[in-house]
Amino acid sequence: MRRDRTLVILAVSFVALAAGGPWLPQWAMFIVTIAIAQGLVALGLMLLLRAGLVSFGQALFYCLGAYAAGALGRFVGISDIFVEMLVGGALAAFTAFILGFLLARYRGIFFGLLSLALSMILYGLLVKNEALGSTDGFNILASTLVGVRPRPDWVRYAVLVSAAAVALIAALLVHRYLNTPLGRLAPAIKDNEIRVEYMGASARRAVHVKYVIAAALAGVGGALAATAVGHIDPEMAYWTTSGEFIFITILAGTGSVVAPFVGALIYGAIHTTAYDLSPNTWQMSLGAALLALIVFLPEGLWSLFTRHVRHS
Amino acid sequence: MKIVNVTHGSFYAIGAYAAASLTAAWLAQGYPPFGSYAVLVLAAIVVGAPFAIAIERVILRTMYARDEVVILLVTYALFLILEDVIKLIWGVNPYFIAEPYALLGSFEVAGMAYPTYNLVLVAAALVFGGGLAWVLHSTRAGKLLLAVIHDPEVSRAMGVNVGRYYLATFTLGSLLAALAGAFTAPTVSVVPGLGVDVIVLSFAVVVIGGLGSLPGAALGALIVGVVRSLSVHYMPQVELFVIYFVMAVVLAVRPRGLFSLAEPRRI
Repeated sequence: MRRDRTLVILAVSFVALAAGGPWLPQWAMFIVTIAIAQGLVALGLMLLLRAGLVSFGQALFYCLGAYAAGALGRFVGISDIFVEMLVGGALAAFTAFILGFLLARYRGIFFGLLSLALSMILYGLLVKNEALGSTDGFNILASTLVGVRPRPDWVRYAVLVSAAAVALIAALLVHRYLNTPLGRLAPAIKDNEIRVEYMGASARRAVHVKYVIAAALAGVGGALAATAVGHIDPEMAYWTTSGEFIFITILAGTGSVVAPFVGALIYGAIHTTAYDLSPNTWQMSLGAALLALIVFLPEGLWSLFTRHVRHS
Repeated sequence: MKIVNVTHGSFYAIGAYAAASLTAAWLAQGYPPFGSYAVLVLAAIVVGAPFAIAIERVILRTMYARDEVVILLVTYALFLILEDVIKLIWGVNPYFIAEPYALLGSFEVAGMAYPTYNLVLVAAALVFGGGLAWVLHSTRAGKLLLAVIHDPEVSRAMGVNVGRYYLATFTLGSLLAALAGAFTAPTVSVVPGLGVDVIVLSFAVVVIGGLGSLPGAALGALIVGVVRSLSVHYMPQVELFVIYFVMAVVLAVRPRGLFSLAEPRRI
């Protein structure tokens, strides 16, 4: 069996990012931070996708995490980035635990559309909520790090490194999870659920657990994005946001926990370049890229990498 | 066809734009205003059909063997592309054509003015719905289509040209969406983003009714329409999401929609 190099790749990328970070221009730091936040959401979606489930409503938890972070700063006065991520993730996970009792019964298209409906309910609630800024959303406070407030020109870097650290931990945990019996059940559920039941495992419980983990990751990602951008609005729960996350997950493929982060970075690059080159037709470029991926690389970009390894 | 088609929203928008721009041109030429109804319908068909045929022939036909969810993503990608194509062709400025709407005047029900155009729309919807049901259940082509959807492989073995049926169905479905857009165009201002709103709403309709069921879709549309109007009237603050709430409740009680058929289990 090939040695598992995921740990090495993760550790090396973290060290490289932390060491090279200060030399990155401010805008690049911002893009990388957002990519990490989206990568966290995609990591959760990947878990679901391995079980054959596509959630068209992951924006629900992304937005919940962001609003939890925002509300902490606005109503409690806490703006520590780690506390925000923790609370965002916890709130999302708790919501998913409740919703999971309903959603874990559904598969395929119905799972996707029901999760979409749930995220649109949150969107509708937020748009009509004056206390939370309605359609405009609100700004959130500059962040501190475990109680320390970094100098203004170092804030971006501090957020970037904390994001990378959280992503590292999340990726390692998910990597562990994939190798547990519950984690290995995912492809089996995708393949044939009834056989899973005959083996004595509960597909519904496995889906429920995956759903909660995915939600927690999306919540952390949302809180992270909120602190990085400094502003939140209900658009974060709109279904097109979920579409972006699915795009990233499909782009990356389900081969490894590193893939979603690479996917998010590439997505950020495509998005930024497309927007730069043709501001009016960037959607078209994105759509064309997604289409090409589904046609030519059905297993995602990661399959390029593994195919190469097998040949050599 | 077991396709959840996000592109439908684009066809709705294409129909609306084609109808709005061509009818405006028709009226600007000084042709008789009553001809504008024919222009509405023709515009939707003439502009919508090439898009539908091209999409089915070039992209979708290579995808039928893939997962339902993958096809959903493909249509989502196409939807993103078409959104910008629409902007490229028609620009971002709104179009108004109120003539066909105003032309028919209005009549009074219990002291309230009600535009005749809306009544015509209801009639048109009934005709299309009834016609579709008749084609599907009473003609040879319709019955063959149901067979093709149920089992493409056996149908092919029986000598049915499955590819042609897929093409016809997709084109017909897309044209219906374009026609819906064309009929709605006179009552609203045609602006970018028209497709986004309508597609999620029509998903809610078919999911409530049960995927692939004609009476289900009709009932779903009725439920959605009535619930929305009620909420606008009594609780305007929930209008945005009440549909999704209804959809979640329906799915919680009937996991596959109201008019769904039992599915055999694959072991």
